[in-house]
Amino acid sequence: MSKTNITRRGLLKTSAVAGAGLALPTIFTSGASAYTNEPGAGSVTLGFNVPQTGPYADEGADELRAYELAVEHLNGGGDGGMIPTFSSKTLDGTGILGRKVEFVTGDTQTKSDAARASAKSMIEKDGAIMITGGSSSGVAIAVQGLCQEAGVIFMAGLTHSNDTTGKDRKANGFRHFFNGYMSGAALAPVLANRYGTDRKAYHLTADYTWGWTQQESIANSTEAMGWETVNNVLTPLASTDFSSYIAPVLNSGADVLVLNHYGGNMVNSLTNAVQFGLRDKEVNGKNFEIVVPLYSRLMARGAGENVKGILGSTNWHWSLQDEGSKAFVKSFGTKYGFPPSQAAHTVYCQTLLYADACNRAGTFNPCGVGEALAGYEFSGLGNGDVLYRADDHQCFKDVLVVQGKENPTSEFDVLEVVEVTPRAQVEYPPNHPMFGGDEASLGTCNAG
Amino acid sequence: MDAILLQVLNGLDKGSAYALIALGLTLIFGTLGVVNFAHGALFMIGAFCAVTLSRILSFSFEVLDETQKDFLGNPLKVKTPYVESWFGPEVGASIIDWAVPLAILFSIPIMVAFGFIMERGLIKHFYKRPHADQILVTFGLAIVLQEVIKYFYGANPIPTPAPDAFKGSFDFGLLIGFAENAIIYPYWRMIYFVFSLLVIGGVFAFLQFTTFGMVVRAGMADRETVGLLGINIDRRFTIMFGVAAAVAGLAGVMYTPINSPNYHMGMDFLVLSFVVVVVGGMGSLPGAVLAGFMLGILESFASMNQIKSIIPGIDQIIIYLIAIIILLTRPRGLMGRKGVMEE
Repeated sequence: MSKTNITRRGLLKTSAVAGAGLALPTIFTSGASAYTNEPGAGSVTLGFNVPQTGPYADEGADELRAYELAVEHLNGGGDGGMIPTFSSKTLDGTGILGRKVEFVTGDTQTKSDAARASAKSMIEKDGAIMITGGSSSGVAIAVQGLCQEAGVIFMAGLTHSNDTTGKDRKANGFRHFFNGYMSGAALAPVLANRYGTDRKAYHLTADYTWGWTQQESIANSTEAMGWETVNNVLTPLASTDFSSYIAPVLNSGADVLVLNHYGGNMVNSLTNAVQFGLRDKEVNGKNFEIVVPLYSRLMARGAGENVKGILGSTNWHWSLQDEGSKAFVKSFGTKYGFPPSQAAHTVYCQTLLYADACNRAGTFNPCGVGEALAGYEFSGLGNGDVLYRADDHQCFKDVLVVQGKENPTSEFDVLEVVEVTPRAQVEYPPNHPMFGGDEASLGTCNAG
Repeated sequence: MDAILLQVLNGLDKGSAYALIALGLTLIFGTLGVVNFAHGALFMIGAFCAVTLSRILSFSFEVLDETQKDFLGNPLKVKTPYVESWFGPEVGASIIDWAVPLAILFSIPIMVAFGFIMERGLIKHFYKRPHADQILVTFGLAIVLQEVIKYFYGANPIPTPAPDAFKGSFDFGLLIGFAENAIIYPYWRMIYFVFSLLVIGGVFAFLQFTTFGMVVRAGMADRETVGLLGINIDRRFTIMFGVAAAVAGLAGVMYTPINSPNYHMGMDFLVLSFVVVVVGGMGSLPGAVLAGFMLGILESFASMNQIKSIIPGIDQIIIYLIAIIILLTRPRGLMGRKGVMEE
């Protein structure tokens, strides 16, 4: 028979020793790393967080293709894509700061909670030093917040809500893509020029952060041109049939319908509007017009012939003839057999910009990288001269006004560029009321 | 008045889809006692029958055109559909243009076969299992089917337009004495409504006026007694599963010009259709049809600005609100029978 002698003092001593032992690795770890997921000498891991399932899976797949291409180019493979045309010359095909670039992927499912979970997993389990991607503003804002807390850089993918670099801006977050305000500022003069200044607009708006900010932006810009906004109807994000929302437009006195919808919502609302004969209607002595402020070529294909002649805006288009765009289209098209989308373009640029910032900063420390990106001016990535503004981490560049092409020559030839709106026309102060006003703040950089 | 009438029309075409899906769901529940959560997927598969036929008819050969360039600067590959090459450009283009109506014929045998395989291969093993098990297995099947479709067709909507002759809209108001342009209504939505009435009428006539239908109805009322009479009721019920699948498939085929189909469209309709079945009364075919049209119309009314200004957000909850009211006042639904799902 065995006998155990446990005393209170002995138990306390044992517990203290065991506790210290358990805490020891953490103490050493935090002392050894200056910041979250400091890479070793051999390689560095980037986390690509895109929708691989769900309604935006095709857009996510195009983003992943572009990320893989960017990694290939950073590691010295392929034709180098936009690296030779990029104004910064720190990228030499040897990875980032001499480390080979590796990557892990996560599936956002276009759901904020799933996107945060996959980003967390890539940071904590896979050691990702930077998270990038996304095809939704709700997701981008959620993941940006997580990256701020975790102490890694977030390079946003396709997110168009003003809030991403507005009231929800973060020191660790950076957006290359344009936003709702810029769409309005670029579109309004073209709309006034094409359709006149005496117009009555009826808005249908997706009922979530992106829809609200885009509607506000487009309404403000068009009202400044003399248009009147007669109504704004919020539509549930889950709507599939918009006929009951479109029917009241017919007798509202409006002569323009603005569809603040994206993805499947845009495809269905535009299809329904054309079915109801809005484009053939004459109201107030003018032809009735439809506007889709944010176009995505991948999505616009779903609406088929209904997009013909309809104006909108986009961040980039494969038909641009500058050297950077041509190099990217050639590189992407040769590898995959079709031209890249604007989502592919923005994430490719974000990857190069991050890599270049690390090289210029001489560190992967997110605070050092953030300093290198903030206020950085560059060119050669397909959007003319670009500024990554320090105040809100928003890129300022030319914006494209596009319209559905009347006579497409292929399935990719859906949109044509109507006007390249210069950067100066879409700029705004960092404390603009639509972007959180004076209260909006980046906060402080978090290195983990 | 014209605005109200327009919303009634909108509700009728929306209700047509609800009614057709709910009719199939009720047929399956009434005959086999199975709660089929894969029924929305059958609607989606029907829509993709139209997409597939459209692609088959558009199958093309490529010729290099040196005068035009593609996005990489290479000679453009100009595609010419084989049907245009075989039958001439005009006839060939017309055949492709009529892909959706032709898909009605294409989809019926596919959907019946699909329903038959689904029932024999999977559903029959769950007849004696609790409804929760049936819901889980059919919901799982629905997810598998939509992922298969997404794998082959992608996640984006695929435009599948109506024939040129039925594109656009007409002035319905003028026909019934309203002012010009008061009630504009798309041709295809009117066709969809009429088509759904024909299908619903056909199903009811089949059940009401044929011997086969009489036996099925008898089986729905008292399966055991019909079996004791020496009639192989199981076989008839399997055929009815195929009929229900075909009804859902036809609803999907004809829906494609209204909204471009995508892999998720079945799920979008599934929950609403179940609400329709419950409101109509579990197992009641007339109840499903009545509730389908009623909820479609009420949903349209709830989207009116005048209504939304009084009760904001009513368009998002109206169907569930009506379901709660109906179930509180008539627990068996509008036309539900005593004893169904009450044991």
